[in-house]
Amino acid sequence: MNRSTIDLWVGVFVVAGIAGLLFLALKVGNLATFSTSQIYQVQAKFANIGGLKVRAPVKSAGVVIGRVADIRFDNETYEAIVSINIDSTFQFPRDTTAKILTSGILGEQYVGLEAGGDGVMLKNGDRLRLTQSAVVLENLISQFLFNKAAEGKPEAKDSAK
Amino acid sequence: MRFVTDMRARIERLGTSVTAHVWRLGFASRFLFYLVVHSGTALKRFRLTIAEIYFAGVLSLIIILVSGLFVGMVLALQGYETLQRFGASESLGVLVALSLVRELGPVVAGLLFASRAGSAITAEIGLMKATEQLSAMEMMAVDPIARVVAPRFWGGVISMPLLAALFSAMGVFGGYLVGVQLIGVDAGAFWSQMQAAVDVRNDIMNGVIKSVVFGLAVTWIAVFEGYDAPPTAEGVSRATTRTVVTSSLAILFLDFILTALMFTGGNHQ
Amino acid sequence: MQPIVEIRKLAFAYDPARPVLRDIDLTIKRGSVVGIMGQSGCGKTTLLRVIMGALRPTAGEARVLGHGTRELDTEGLYAMRRKMGMLFQFGALFTDMSVFENVAFPLREHTDLPDDLLNDLVLMKLQAVGLRGAAHLAPTELSGGMARRVALARSIALDPQLILYDEPFTGLDPISFGVIVRLIRNLNDSLGATSIIVTHDVQEALGVVDYVYFMAAGRVIAQGTPDEIRASGEPFVRQFVNGSSEGPVPFHYPAPGYDADLELAAA
Repeated sequence: MNRSTIDLWVGVFVVAGIAGLLFLALKVGNLATFSTSQIYQVQAKFANIGGLKVRAPVKSAGVVIGRVADIRFDNETYEAIVSINIDSTFQFPRDTTAKILTSGILGEQYVGLEAGGDGVMLKNGDRLRLTQSAVVLENLISQFLFNKAAEGKPEAKDSAK
Repeated sequence: MRFVTDMRARIERLGTSVTAHVWRLGFASRFLFYLVVHSGTALKRFRLTIAEIYFAGVLSLIIILVSGLFVGMVLALQGYETLQRFGASESLGVLVALSLVRELGPVVAGLLFASRAGSAITAEIGLMKATEQLSAMEMMAVDPIARVVAPRFWGGVISMPLLAALFSAMGVFGGYLVGVQLIGVDAGAFWSQMQAAVDVRNDIMNGVIKSVVFGLAVTWIAVFEGYDAPPTAEGVSRATTRTVVTSSLAILFLDFILTALMFTGGNHQ
Repeated sequence: MQPIVEIRKLAFAYDPARPVLRDIDLTIKRGSVVGIMGQSGCGKTTLLRVIMGALRPTAGEARVLGHGTRELDTEGLYAMRRKMGMLFQFGALFTDMSVFENVAFPLREHTDLPDDLLNDLVLMKLQAVGLRGAAHLAPTELSGGMARRVALARSIALDPQLILYDEPFTGLDPISFGVIVRLIRNLNDSLGATSIIVTHDVQEALGVVDYVYFMAAGRVIAQGTPDEIRASGEPFVRQFVNGSSEGPVPFHYPAPGYDADLELAAA
């Protein structure tokens, strides 16, 4: 085969391969939505994060506005420290509340932000004071059972008499 | 007593075979080192490498594209069956894309690449050795590793990630065809759920890293087996078989290691 | 004048217990065509590989083109080989290149000639072996004799001072054979080069060489001009030159008694 034909085909191949990569990055992945834009990072302490994972979405009013960057354990307060990257086009007041929520009944967990009323906006490195931990199913059930048991106790005593 | 001597002979045989393998691995590593050090020619006269990208990459294109399409289509069919039982058929895009990008793309493309391009590289180098073409080159004061082996090595290493990316892209397209066009999953949910779940750094980059590692491993095995083949027709044909077997095993083994490193590490955080 | 190849007390062994070459002394003068002959397995190809620097002597010295091959590093070896040409047994043409590209290969690798000059040079080399018309063919389209002529054109592409031939006559028909014999002589004389032919086709080779070294079991056992070799009294050489089945090299591989093997003694 002619040399220039080979060059042409190799050129086509390389372009196609890079196009395939771009397709994966832009259309299949989420490169287009974030990493090009500026972000700022804030931290929040939770008593329990449940099943929250790094890279989980951060939503406000149901709109994805950032992602969980890092999850650490604070050995002094025995709490989880969650770092959150927020797209800098979205500004939140300083007294914003962070909650760990679940999408659907069995869906994955995410961080939900609820804006407060403070005039000062959050900036990089700030800490969210108001947090609400994840609802852990076992705790919920044991609480429920405990309540039930508490209700049932007097009756049980009666029947024993 | 007879049993003892018998066992002893067996253990000795096992020992020699293990030493032989370790020795060969050492030789192959030295070969790789020499090859990388003497890659100047392949990079300076890049036309040599371009010709090898043609043989390793362009000629594998058809089988990669067709296989990718079908693998994606099958994934969509099978995945839909399972997902709809849980009422999660909108997650079909996620399932197809994640399986392809993380696992099937690099692995299946690597296996196809090993049997299509890897065996061809081994056969070609082995045949050049058997017909004294490599010795002739050496006699003309041209280093055959720099002139023949290195361009083939880099040609393969460059081709493999591109082929794996095309395989995954074709697979996603195949999944779209079956999932959205044929079965009727909502196109918006298909793409948006996929985009929400597939992460560029964690999934796509890791897939690309896998394909680069597999490309290195397969091409290394292929050029080494070719260069090390006994210079006879039988020797070359055995070496070709060994290339396919060894590189397939290497891909699956490396895939396990890489997956363990990449995807389980994140969960401990 | 300094000889092109000078070998003194050379020995070579892959394994010290079994020497392949022993006590070789050999001097090859500039401009001559020298034959190294002997039976298959007598060490003549090993000697050739020592001369081209592919193997290092275990003892003694081999000086080729003024270089002692023992001291040379890879750089020096390649520099020496640039002044040498080698014709392999079956030509060893590069199967993925055309005839033209095969001959152009050493020029492209070692020189920076402009394309039109390179073109002229390649065609001149091909003309010298009578295959200018075959320039565009692939090596697979050539007959055995033609392939060897192309390989010859390739090995003289850089105008070598020393040309080595490894069994150049094997498997050739009488016409191709005559062509190769004449080419070896003509190219040697017109290039002012020196040639070494390693072969076991003794009768045929005696017609082309100036001087012969006869080898057996890793030693040089006879040497001289072709006439001297033909007249030699050495029994091995006589057996070899005449091609008779009886002589110092027996027809039978060593075996226990024939009777015993057939169990005739027991009967």
